[in-house]
Amino acid sequence: MTTVADDVDTARRGVKRPELLGLGALVGAGALLAAVGTRLLTGPIAILALSLVLASVLMLIVVAVAGTPETRRKLAPYGLLKPGMLWLALFYLAPLFTLLRLSLSTLPSRFAVEAEFDWNFDNYVTAFTDFGPQFQRAFMYAGLATILTIAIGYPLAYVIAFRGGKYRTLMLGLVVIPFFTSYLIRTIAWRSILSDNGVATGFIDAVGATWFFEAANIMDNGRLINTPAAVIFGLTYNFLPFMILPIYVSLEKVDVRLLDAAKDLYSTSTSAFRKVVLPLSLPGVFAGTLLTFIPAAGDFVNSLYLGSPNTTMIGNSIQDQFLVQNNVPLASAMSFVLMFIITVFVIIYSRFFGTEDLA
Amino acid sequence: MSVPTSRGGRVARFALNAYAGLALLYLFVPIIWIVVFSFNQPKGNYNVEWQEFTLDNWRDPFGDESLTNAFIESIKVAAISTVIATILGSLIAIALARYQFRGSGGLNFLLVLPLTTPEIVLGSSLATLFLDWDVTRGFTTVVIAHIMFQVSFVALTVRARVRGFDWTLEQAAQDLGASPLRTFWKVTFPLILPGILAAALLSFALSLDDFIITLFNAGSLVTFPLYINGSFRVKFPPEVNVLATAILIVSIALMLTGTLWGARGRRKSAA
Repeated sequence: MTTVADDVDTARRGVKRPELLGLGALVGAGALLAAVGTRLLTGPIAILALSLVLASVLMLIVVAVAGTPETRRKLAPYGLLKPGMLWLALFYLAPLFTLLRLSLSTLPSRFAVEAEFDWNFDNYVTAFTDFGPQFQRAFMYAGLATILTIAIGYPLAYVIAFRGGKYRTLMLGLVVIPFFTSYLIRTIAWRSILSDNGVATGFIDAVGATWFFEAANIMDNGRLINTPAAVIFGLTYNFLPFMILPIYVSLEKVDVRLLDAAKDLYSTSTSAFRKVVLPLSLPGVFAGTLLTFIPAAGDFVNSLYLGSPNTTMIGNSIQDQFLVQNNVPLASAMSFVLMFIITVFVIIYSRFFGTEDLA
Repeated sequence: MSVPTSRGGRVARFALNAYAGLALLYLFVPIIWIVVFSFNQPKGNYNVEWQEFTLDNWRDPFGDESLTNAFIESIKVAAISTVIATILGSLIAIALARYQFRGSGGLNFLLVLPLTTPEIVLGSSLATLFLDWDVTRGFTTVVIAHIMFQVSFVALTVRARVRGFDWTLEQAAQDLGASPLRTFWKVTFPLILPGILAAALLSFALSLDDFIITLFNAGSLVTFPLYINGSFRVKFPPEVNVLATAILIVSIALMLTGTLWGARGRRKSAA
């Protein structure tokens, strides 16, 4: 049984700990907004929910104007976070829910636009049975491209960080500048360079290395374009800066005196690298791997412009089913599976190599 | 770093530098292609085979009307979304960098999530939301989509920039009698402004270049990347190269200005 004294006490504690109120209001408002956005709440209840969201915003404004400095300081972060977080709740979290719901829906007929939600798991069965190769290719190409970006990006980041001297900023600028031109145009540029009469095949032919590229399975009957290698190559190119920059950031933090200390203790340069620099740069490699692998696995631009129907990745299939075939439920199921696999990968990967400073 | 003395060490050092140089060159191969082909006089609709040098394309960069319209739409989307996302994202960054508060871990996680979700999932899921609402996809939905991925980007970039900021300066201003609002405008804001501008510039570029998320939410709207993708089956005019090169030049100019401005700021604060 609660007494009046208890109530008064609770009320006072509520004022004493405004941060709980602020956090509660933020999370609550986000959840209500997402629930209305996904139409889990409809009609009068939705209006009530939206009024509550509005009230929580107004409350923060009232506190900001009238509250004590202490209360104000405690509530300030929640007020600052609110607009952006509500945006993410409505346009990032809520869509994931509608995606899931649509992936379990059925199109009444092949030409119907409106799908009906009926716990239909067939879309997932189709996603796995009909699009297995696309999933496999997506993860294989993305994995190979990630390894290549490390092989190309790590030495470059190393040279910039340790030998760049006063040209460090300039060199970093050079790494970033190519990516200020359009992604599509860059890929089309590679398409032209790798094409049958293009510069690349001409060069390989001129130096007589065709047999090597054929043997390495990079060329196919004298062609560079429309091969799996071309797609992997394009992915590598387009995501390279996402590998170089985080590695650079972690290498830059390495104290050069540690290397001198290792040398003083008669370590060779190789073992100094292996035992000092490499471990300290692993957080950068970790972050770079995620920033490369995740977008590469969902990409369809490289496959579209540099590949052939035999190199389609899951991104191509999702795009095709969603926007061309209008089979939105199937596309949603594939999207969801893609996200699920990537999330599992990120969790496992973080367990093994994880660091705190990803962002 | 100490200079290696052995001959093998010197060779290894040179080899690594050369490898890094080649990697840097690799980054520029398609860029060189784009710039060179902006001076090409193509035969037919496709500007992908070298014919002869011309300045015509540069004389009239807006010669292709549908391309120009698409370009203008892209600029409009990027301008609106960048302004909104920069405000929302900067507020988040200030909250995360300035205050220690309950729940910051979870909120931080929500902020990183959109950046670790493949674009195709972001694009398709947002499209299902608009389908669910029965909203016709177009300009507004593209702006909403761009703000969604820009907010996280701005927040994390600005946060990284203001991490080392000395917040006791605010205290000092208030001790000297400045109101919180005055403190913000006179002390905090000028100090975090360069970080905010850099983040805004980068997110503008992200918006201008976005293809995958835009494709799912554009409806009948045609942006610059969507135009290139849509018309590629029929034509690839040299004006595309001209506009791409122009964007590149403007970006480099802005980057240089930013770097010089930053250097001047550092000198000033060091003095």
